[in-house]
Amino acid sequence: MSTSRDFILTVEGLTVSFDGFKAVNDLSLYLEHNEIRVIIGPNGAGKTTVLDLICGKTRATDGAIRFKGQELTRMKEHQIVRSGVGRKFQNPSIYDDLTVFENLEVSYPRGRSVMGALAFRRDQQVLDAVHEVAETIFLADQLDCRADLLSHGQKQWLEIGMLLIQKPDLLMLDEPVAGMSVAERKKTAELLKVITRNHTVLVIEHDMQFVGDIADRVTVMHQGQVLSEGSLAHVKADPKVVEVYLGH
Amino acid sequence: MKTTPSASSLMSRENLYFLVLAALLLLVFPVLLDAFRLNLVGKYLTYAFVAVGLVLCWGKGGILSLGQGVFFGLGGYCMAMFLKLEASSPEATASQSTPGIPDFMDWNQVTELPWFWQPFHSFSFTLIAVVMVPVILAFIIGVAMFKRRVGGVYFAIITQAIAAILTILIIGQQGFTGGANGITDLRTLMGWDIRSNEAKTVLYFVTSGLLLACVLLARHVLGSKLGRILVAMRDQEDRVRFSGYDVASFKVFVFCLAAALSGIGGALFTLQVGFMSPSFVGIVPSIEMVIFCAVGGRHSLLGAVYGALLVNAAKTGFSESFPELWLYAMGALFIAVVLAFPNGIAGLYQRYLMPLEKKMLGGLGKAANTRPTAAARRMEETP
Repeated sequence: MSTSRDFILTVEGLTVSFDGFKAVNDLSLYLEHNEIRVIIGPNGAGKTTVLDLICGKTRATDGAIRFKGQELTRMKEHQIVRSGVGRKFQNPSIYDDLTVFENLEVSYPRGRSVMGALAFRRDQQVLDAVHEVAETIFLADQLDCRADLLSHGQKQWLEIGMLLIQKPDLLMLDEPVAGMSVAERKKTAELLKVITRNHTVLVIEHDMQFVGDIADRVTVMHQGQVLSEGSLAHVKADPKVVEVYLGH
Repeated sequence: MKTTPSASSLMSRENLYFLVLAALLLLVFPVLLDAFRLNLVGKYLTYAFVAVGLVLCWGKGGILSLGQGVFFGLGGYCMAMFLKLEASSPEATASQSTPGIPDFMDWNQVTELPWFWQPFHSFSFTLIAVVMVPVILAFIIGVAMFKRRVGGVYFAIITQAIAAILTILIIGQQGFTGGANGITDLRTLMGWDIRSNEAKTVLYFVTSGLLLACVLLARHVLGSKLGRILVAMRDQEDRVRFSGYDVASFKVFVFCLAAALSGIGGALFTLQVGFMSPSFVGIVPSIEMVIFCAVGGRHSLLGAVYGALLVNAAKTGFSESFPELWLYAMGALFIAVVLAFPNGIAGLYQRYLMPLEKKMLGGLGKAANTRPTAAARRMEETP
């Protein structure tokens, strides 16, 4: 395809049907390199399902997902991750029983096979990577802290850090500021700005203030389809969007 | 690096506990106990292999297997087959209608040694089989289940079903397996009489030594990144999967490792007890093995060893005085563990005795251990 050369992620005709209900219906999405794309839309619009489909958690009924020229729809989850797709879940999913350091270390992309994990050594390279990421996610002083003792916002940052240390090309974040305080939101927006200097980011978010802070382009989803796409100002002005989403 | 101090104090503490266990097994028990009791302890220790395997697989990896008796039994049967063949020399079995085959085969009108018995003439093959037969079965079960994402309760039920199936198979194929009686009347190992007190003492030391080696091996595995991945997988399986790990292969690995440990335990059991029967394979013994691990503390390798020792000692004591009450006592014990002290003896120790110990140490010298270890904190905070 001629278009796939220009885009890091090309989603075309993506459809998934759960017992006849089409959660995502003939959806197409094109992401440029280093773009921050935000998906918004009412509950049940299929936003999270799109992320699930891209990272392989849910299998597509139809359609194609091409990432850096590779077709993702038939790859296994861990292979998709290894090809450079990182996914943050809506609820912070971190390893409660491990320390912040260990959380990041386990996420470090080396020794991912059974034997590799047995032979893994905590060398300078790993230490440097962990410390660098911990600095970025404001947790440099909490490295020895057990992860379940972190605040909700810190847990969200930790999970973002766990993705960053993998150096993915595409970062997918599902409601990264949900449940955060105002101060934490601001910090997270800064964090995302730093991150996006060298990543392509796909974010699901409801907080319009936050969306305005970070988004290059916005995709509005409704009933499994793209309702509108463009800059935030553009979609805000779109009468269809006002009717189904922003209006109430 | 910041984690160094707590990690090193944890290491030395763990080493100390390990040395205490080693001293107990290799010095205290042999000095204090007579040959009969020592042999009993040796038998209990063979269950500790299973319990250590369960700490890896269940405590750390979150995979509850209610069928570890299968692997224990397979290891035990492999050893029993070798010993039985040695006890069935043509001279010793001259009165049979087919001399040179095990007596139970003769009783069941089997006239030729079955093909799968043939390789058990070789001791080195037997040693490999003791580990590999359980591992291969665990691998097949593991791949079939974990690749399909069968886990939790469903996996536990399936392992339990496998324990039932294997028992029925062994009992049903009497001519090949000795049936419900099992493989009995085992006498010598490469010409060495294993029934003498002296041999039993030697076997006790072999068992203790191997157990300590297995604990060290398990500790090495848990100390590696693989150990942390196991814990991570138990807490957030999806997060591990979406961090680029093939979760199923890690589960298969730890399940196979636990099976290998169980197989070694089973073989040592056969050597010390002198027979092997389906009563050590089925559902009840498999659940008992989980109880040993739970009572000792499913997060603690050493706790599991003490759990196996204590529950078995209690079982022997109880069965000697009130045989019919034992099952109720066992049930009550399991409920008590689940409700009152979910981290077992190890959890109780860390909660109540470690602070005392620390106070005493603090009084003696500089507060080398003022910080609770990561493991202790982990235990205390787990509900």
